[in-house]
Amino acid sequence: MRLRSWPLLRQLTGPDRSGRGTAVRSARTDGLSARTADADRVVKSVCPYCAVGCAQNVYVKDERVVHVEGDPDSPISRGRLCPKGAATLQLTTGPSRLHKVLYRPPHAADWQELDLATAMEMIADRVIDTRRATWEWENDGRRTARTMGIASLGGATLDNEENYLIKKLLTALGVVQIENQARVCHSSTVVGLGTSFGRGGATTFLQDLQHSDCIVIQGSNFAEAHPVGFQWVMEAKARGAVVIHVDPRFTRTSALADLHVPIRAGSDVAFLGGIVNHVLENELYFREFVVNYTNAATLISEDYRDTEDLGGLFSGFDPAKRHYSDDTWQYAGTSVVAAAGDRDGDPSQRVSGRSETRGAMAQSMEGTPQRDETLTDPRCVLQILRRHYARYTPELVERTCGVPPDLFAEVCRHLTENSGPERTAEFVYAVGWTQHSDGSQFIRTACILQLLLGNMGRPGGGIQALRGHASIQGSSDIPTLFNLLPGYIPMPHANQHRTLDGFLGTDAPHKGYWADMPAYLISLLKAWWGAEADAGNDYRFDWLPRLTGSHSTYDTVLAQLDGTCKGYFLLGENPAVGSANAKMQRLGMANLEWLVVRDFNLIESATWWKDGPEIETGELRTEDIGTEVFFLPAAAHTEKSGSFTNTNRMLQWHHAAVEPAGEARSELWFMYHLGRIIRERLAGSTDPMDAPLLGLTWDYPLEGAHDEPVAEAVLAEINGWDEHGEPLPGYAALRADGSTSCGCWIYCGVYKDGVNQAARRKPAEEQNWIAAEWAWAWPDNRRLMYNRASARPDGRPWSERKKLVWWDPAQGRWTGYDVPDFEATKAPGYRPAEGATGADALSGIDPFIMQADGKGWLFAPAGVIDGPLPTHYEPQDSPVRNPLHPHQQRSPARLLYPHEHNRANPSGDEPGAELYPYVVTTYRLTEHFTAGGMSRTVPYLAELQPEMFCEVSPELAAERGLRHGDWATVITARNAIEARVLVTRRIAPLHLDGKVVEQIGLPFHWGPNGMSPGDAANELSSITLDPNSHIQEVKAFSADIRPGRRPRGPALPALVRDRQRRAGVTDDTGMEA
Amino acid sequence: MTLSGTAPGGTASGGSASGGTAFDPATASGYTDHPERMGFFTDTSICIGCKACEVACKEWNAVPEDGLDFTGMSYDNTKSLSADTWRHVAFIEQPRPLGHQEPGLGMDFRWLMASDVCKHCTHAACLDVCPTGSLFRTEYGTVVVQDDVCNGCGYCVPACPYGVIGKRESTGVAAKCTLCYDRLGVGQEPACAKSCPTDSIQFGELTELRERAARRLEQARAAGLDSARLYGHDPDDGVGGTGAFFLLLDEPEVYGLPPDPVVTTRDLPSMWRRAGAAAVVLLAGIAVATWGSRT
Repeated sequence: MRLRSWPLLRQLTGPDRSGRGTAVRSARTDGLSARTADADRVVKSVCPYCAVGCAQNVYVKDERVVHVEGDPDSPISRGRLCPKGAATLQLTTGPSRLHKVLYRPPHAADWQELDLATAMEMIADRVIDTRRATWEWENDGRRTARTMGIASLGGATLDNEENYLIKKLLTALGVVQIENQARVCHSSTVVGLGTSFGRGGATTFLQDLQHSDCIVIQGSNFAEAHPVGFQWVMEAKARGAVVIHVDPRFTRTSALADLHVPIRAGSDVAFLGGIVNHVLENELYFREFVVNYTNAATLISEDYRDTEDLGGLFSGFDPAKRHYSDDTWQYAGTSVVAAAGDRDGDPSQRVSGRSETRGAMAQSMEGTPQRDETLTDPRCVLQILRRHYARYTPELVERTCGVPPDLFAEVCRHLTENSGPERTAEFVYAVGWTQHSDGSQFIRTACILQLLLGNMGRPGGGIQALRGHASIQGSSDIPTLFNLLPGYIPMPHANQHRTLDGFLGTDAPHKGYWADMPAYLISLLKAWWGAEADAGNDYRFDWLPRLTGSHSTYDTVLAQLDGTCKGYFLLGENPAVGSANAKMQRLGMANLEWLVVRDFNLIESATWWKDGPEIETGELRTEDIGTEVFFLPAAAHTEKSGSFTNTNRMLQWHHAAVEPAGEARSELWFMYHLGRIIRERLAGSTDPMDAPLLGLTWDYPLEGAHDEPVAEAVLAEINGWDEHGEPLPGYAALRADGSTSCGCWIYCGVYKDGVNQAARRKPAEEQNWIAAEWAWAWPDNRRLMYNRASARPDGRPWSERKKLVWWDPAQGRWTGYDVPDFEATKAPGYRPAEGATGADALSGIDPFIMQADGKGWLFAPAGVIDGPLPTHYEPQDSPVRNPLHPHQQRSPARLLYPHEHNRANPSGDEPGAELYPYVVTTYRLTEHFTAGGMSRTVPYLAELQPEMFCEVSPELAAERGLRHGDWATVITARNAIEARVLVTRRIAPLHLDGKVVEQIGLPFHWGPNGMSPGDAANELSSITLDPNSHIQEVKAFSADIRPGRRPRGPALPALVRDRQRRAGVTDDTGMEA
Repeated sequence: MTLSGTAPGGTASGGSASGGTAFDPATASGYTDHPERMGFFTDTSICIGCKACEVACKEWNAVPEDGLDFTGMSYDNTKSLSADTWRHVAFIEQPRPLGHQEPGLGMDFRWLMASDVCKHCTHAACLDVCPTGSLFRTEYGTVVVQDDVCNGCGYCVPACPYGVIGKRESTGVAAKCTLCYDRLGVGQEPACAKSCPTDSIQFGELTELRERAARRLEQARAAGLDSARLYGHDPDDGVGGTGAFFLLLDEPEVYGLPPDPVVTTRDLPSMWRRAGAAAVVLLAGIAVATWGSRT
């Protein structure tokens, strides 16, 4: 037998005489199988990296994950994965994962091991003690009932259920400083889209890109940051669509585009404003859409003054307080209220991020707006818009953006030729628009343009916000954000919101869906405090801690530096690399009493006390640092169940494939058991500060070897139930009488009929392109929002080619491919009666149902606190003097954080600006993920982009003596970093106003830890924020570059200080309004 | 052992594939009733350079990480195919136009990306020279290393006209793309093609892929991509056509590919024949001389 299997004999006797095939096959080859086929089970999951939400199949053999690959059933990803998603097996099972708790006592030089149970007890001790020591019943005579001693950061990489428990427990503990990556990535999206359309999420879904005739990608490097989503751009292109990429760099996105337009980073409002002007001047807007579906016809108050009248300021600016009153921006004859309860508010309180409440619900409005549907009244929005953008000519665009007029004309031509009844164009953006000191306004400009062109609510149209963490939409919806409660209900303010009635503004009539907020909020309070909450005690509204201003993550850093904030949870976020002004992040942490880091491995935010940059420079000494540090290993998505909300508001469930190894645990486990331990310690306490905690509903069923809370039970609470405990079918069922309970009203319906709708996985091939039975999207499983606008006012589709949702007169209801985003039986001809409130106040031609007037807002009478219309301002640090408003260089309402480590570079033609002469822009690469904790530690990813680099043009390289492949040092007033030099034609010098502006590209992924270490770009950036959203300006600032590596040790801060001195930088530089 | 049969290099140079029925490597390797020949068509005109193929390949095949070196070659830090890199994405920045694309940089410019892989040649020199039978032809017509057989002699390494195969340091045996032979066996496509976000890497029956590629070439040219061409699709080329072939947007050399690859064992049969003839002549000469000297 053995002899007969001898290859030589097989060769001589069999058909394979050449001995290159059958004759030489070994027994092992014959027995070969695939581990996908041999697996014991296949578990359905979702990629944990960006927010495209690619479906994954997780293969398990002998209780070990043996492979992870794309699930071809997904309508979004169709089985494909990018390099990061493809590296999921190594991420979750690779050598970089830690499975042991580590502990650093105060002042210690190194870690020691600690068992998990002890660590949990110690952390519970710290929380209880810090809370007691820092409890604040009142602030300035106003009841606050909170602690400012504890803060938390992180949530966008976590499940919705985990975010829910974080927010619920910490709020009950009186913690208000709860934040996550959504703050630093897309908070301005919520403001921009929410104010314009009524909801703060991307208006469409990725697959719909295939129906677009023209795709403008601007402020996004789509192909690199969201490669699998980019397949739908390629589909559109294959169908003949024009793809335009407007970006400072020629990237992998540009490489596949028809047209690349290089632009100066930070000048997008001027560029988009130029298109608005082109559209208005040439009467290219979609008139029937604009008149009926936008507020173009609405008249604005006579007292309104534009930036064009006041040299760059709108009416209502208070230079001492640096903020606007929006009184003069109102619709004539009405007052539009910025948010519930804000009507009597001190405008300074608006600084605390109220604008984001428009993420799901718009303003309340009193009175009826006056309209001029001929659009000729000089006070109507369209005419105001015309005057506001009249100076945004192609010449101004060139002088501001560096875009030559012929290229600009090409963009205008493509965009307008591909908009109208038969055609649609779509905008796609990401953090290239959001991360500016007026980031909300970048997005607003695109909203204005898309409304004018009639591209909203229609197939192939809309505005696609690309979000970059697996559940960053979810961590905004169920917000681990200081200013919001679940479903974008605002957190109450100390001075204004003493009672529930006062908060809800129930004394005022309301129009639109805002009217139902009492049902949403009371149901939330019932979800949190159950039987403890009833009408007699205002549903425990006073158990919510109160805000007194901004408590964003950047305010928390300052609170750490001044000693107010003493304890800090980092839950899957790495601010020592990923947040602006990384040095201040670390200095803040060095001033803490305790720090809990939960992550896969020792990220920079866990080890800065030992080997951080300040240890190297001597600015900090390990033995002087009193911060006690706990490192707790986190469970991966394959080791826990839960839902991620993708970039298109879609909740997708991932099932646990295996139990986490060692001491790794989920955030669900951590938060639940931390809450359990603290509640056990405080049981029986009569201290009123403990009442909200002890009254909390905190009795989740547990499962598995680690007593993991059942995630689906948390989802059921989020969905809510009626008085009989039956799951609610949708938010229309919510009541304000305490009979319903619901943890997040916009997610109501995700557990309809007791079925986990987020876990639905009907294969894409078995559905239409909407794929409504794949997972579940808010609101009400609608995939393309405002889709009423896909039909004419009379309810018929604008065209056969672009039909989506239409009125069926025979049935008397709206029908179509998608779930109508409109009251199903409200006829196109419906007009509200005088004095109608709530949804009844909206007519049959009001597609933006969350808006008080049902219209898309070209002009924002409220909600955007730095102006009703976007205006071009320069970034905080800019080598260019503002060409539009020479006497108003920067956005007057931007938020500044003066500090010795947060100084500004001189700008424009200020003396010293020449010492920071270049524009820097920061960005992602395909091969890495955010601050690197999930990629620089993964060998297969680290080897693809192994070192920090900077990208410069050949001209800049020549000017500064930079050599390709060598090192360069980049310097700002904050710090200096080194990077390898890539000299490339992909970065073009820009010509504006007779001046050449050079740009430097810096990826922001690197930090000192991991297998691919490098300096962090965020060492260079400053804390300068958009006043609406508190997002930081990291997409555009100025810097110098010089050849060679940066100095080591104390010479590094000396270099930065010396440069400051030569440039004349002081505490006052760049601080004027 | 493998050299004892009919050298396929000779078949290729003899041009048997041209005009007649295509040479079927699986049949020639002893497979009867075998599946269709399978392969890759890599359409580089839609590659976004994401490197998902590189990672998916390494994950599936447990290919080790092989160096954290910054090369400065655009975004290519992988450098080339090797024992530890079975998919390699090349990045080429060129001052040349790409069809009707407007790069906006004030000069002609294009950024080409292409994912390279083992060609799974119709006439594979690595297979020809392998003395152990480690390299073998599968029923799908692909070429695979059996690392339980390989003795690490390394003959295959210089034999490959594309520089694909290498010897892995850690194990001492030859390694290269298997076209996911194990996955094919259970009806699954190779890991790289499965992951490719834009379907730049397409897997399928070679005949069908060749037809698809011809249509795609036509389409690309009609769209203004004058420089588009197919590479490796031609059964008449020096390796008898490849199982993994490409749509390129420039000369192959630009991507680091040989312009006119020839199976390095092509001339072996004639060399053996000539050597044999020489030996006969030599022996005859010796015989004559010996016989003559006796006389």
